[in-house]
Amino acid sequence: MLRLGFCTLAVAAAVGMSSASQAQDKTVYMPALMELSGAGAVSGTNFRDGMLMAIDEINAKGGILGHKIKTTVIDTQSDAGVSRGQMQKVLDDNPYVVFGPVFSGSVLVDMLLTQQAEIPEIVGGEAAAITQKGDPYVFRTSFGQQFSMPKIANYMRDGVKAKTVAVLWVNNDFGKGGRDTFIKEMNSRNIKVVADISSESGQTDFSADVVKLKAANADAIFVYTNEEESARFLKEAKKQGIKAPLIGETTLLGQKVIDLAGGAAEGVKGHVGLTVDAPIPAVQEFAAKFKKRFNYVCDHNGIKGYTAVYFVKYVTEKIGKFDSKAFAKTAHGITITPKDEPNILMEATWDKNGDIDRESFLGQVVNGKQKIVETLPKLGIK
Amino acid sequence: MASFIQLLVSGLATGAIYALIAVGFTLLWQTSQTINFAQGEFVMLPAFFVLAALNFGAPFWLAALIAIALSVAILGLMFKLVIVDPMLKHGVLPLVISTIALSLFLKESAKDFYSSQAQPFPALVPPIDLHFLGAVISLQSVTVLAVAIVTVMALHLLLNNTRLGRMMQATAQNPTLARILGVPVNRMVLYTFLINGVLVAIASILISPIYLAKFTNGETLGMAAFLAAIIGGFNQVRGAIVGGVILGVLDNLSAAYISSQYRAAFPLIILIVVILWRPQGLLGRVEERTV
Repeated sequence: MLRLGFCTLAVAAAVGMSSASQAQDKTVYMPALMELSGAGAVSGTNFRDGMLMAIDEINAKGGILGHKIKTTVIDTQSDAGVSRGQMQKVLDDNPYVVFGPVFSGSVLVDMLLTQQAEIPEIVGGEAAAITQKGDPYVFRTSFGQQFSMPKIANYMRDGVKAKTVAVLWVNNDFGKGGRDTFIKEMNSRNIKVVADISSESGQTDFSADVVKLKAANADAIFVYTNEEESARFLKEAKKQGIKAPLIGETTLLGQKVIDLAGGAAEGVKGHVGLTVDAPIPAVQEFAAKFKKRFNYVCDHNGIKGYTAVYFVKYVTEKIGKFDSKAFAKTAHGITITPKDEPNILMEATWDKNGDIDRESFLGQVVNGKQKIVETLPKLGIK
Repeated sequence: MASFIQLLVSGLATGAIYALIAVGFTLLWQTSQTINFAQGEFVMLPAFFVLAALNFGAPFWLAALIAIALSVAILGLMFKLVIVDPMLKHGVLPLVISTIALSLFLKESAKDFYSSQAQPFPALVPPIDLHFLGAVISLQSVTVLAVAIVTVMALHLLLNNTRLGRMMQATAQNPTLARILGVPVNRMVLYTFLINGVLVAIASILISPIYLAKFTNGETLGMAAFLAAIIGGFNQVRGAIVGGVILGVLDNLSAAYISSQYRAAFPLIILIVVILWRPQGLLGRVEERTV
């Protein structure tokens, strides 16, 4: 009898120890596909660092629903083909959600796989086409071009009072999508596009492009290229003495672009969906934390990465379980305010297509820093 | 006309840098049959040597000298001793594959040890613009062009007007006969590797203020220099110079006057035309080797 009791105790202890060990090991897998090398390295690295910071914060507080977030960050090499192969690999490991990529071209090929696997993909891409394919598993972390371009177009018409514009764009999915949407918005406002110039991803010499832009003699020049190309273009534009105002999006006004371009970015203006210079205390606190940890100034992609993780946390806690399909269903139409989740930084709404809506800003580069000159309200999408 | 002059000067400056890199290609090929597919990464790396030296507080001129010295030691001497000498005995193909592996290693190392992000690189001269016939030409472009021309001329003088240069020529033309005549062939081959180390370092310092220092820079530069060497003639230093200049100028002019969308295709079209019309390159000679 005594021996039986001892055995029962031993079994109970073993079971107890096993349960405790399992509780300690409870994790949820959320891999990330990022542009850590190639033309998108600046964007991907920022997104990754913002994401890792959020994951560490959440894990330090016990994780999501008692599960620590387990992640691996895989380099897409800024190549859509590589990205697709890597996505297939991570989907084989049954992730709860996938973060990234940032490059629209990669997102457009990856999202077919995540949709098939019914796994939500929280992306950094901004090409309009991403959310126009009826994919219920894709969610943005920043404005799509169909939301940012009307704001820029209004600024061209009302702020710059331009009658003619020239467009320089990068010949990839991001650039082409932006160029198409921008030209459509210009046409609807009777602003004539007098030069339409494409550049290559990773292009280093912009002298020919700048000569063509100068010859166009437009009232304003809209520049829609990736960060490093933007910096190289700005240097060449300054060298050749372009006088027309240079207007762009976040990729023209980011701090990395300003640093790389040196004084050449001075005076550049544009619409900024996300920025660490936003006059919002929570954003500035985040920026300070980021700078302290990674020793560089975060750009908009860092904010995307950070808020992406808190978006997943909030939605998951709302549904109360790790269910990818339920996540996708719940996340459509959801609004998260800083009161609900302080680390979402700014109130954000995801619509039925996975597009995001929140406040945005008009910025200008002044004394080597991005200065916000106006805050633009949410568009009020449903 | 003003636009044309601007494009021409800018193209000449870029082409001159391509030429420096292409000259290195031909030198190594001529003396040791080394086709160095890591040549682009050889140009990428010295920029990071400069940035590292600057981070340690060195002034720019000293950082540039340190970069050239490191480049000569690592990309010249070590490259020859550690990779070329052991692999060359097994033929050209294993060596080619080794240089491809080396290019990947250098690229990933620069990314891991420094950063994946592009870094600003100090310019050689202040951002002053010069006005000429209505064209605005940056002092930087003129400086790049001038330094590249001086470097090529110095190399030309070394190869043609000195005893050392003639011994290197002899080594390239007929190593067996040169050895019989008392030329220290192995040492001459080593010198070409060291010269290549200097050339890539100079090219790196010239181009990085424009390209920004980034671990992927070698991809574009290596390909451009390789094309330049083939277009001009792989077995002639002067061919590599002509090839580099043609490539730089044509790239700019075609992007401005024909199509910016197809600019990447033009160098390849030129390459195809040259190979069909003159397989040995514009200035190359059939089965002749000389530096």
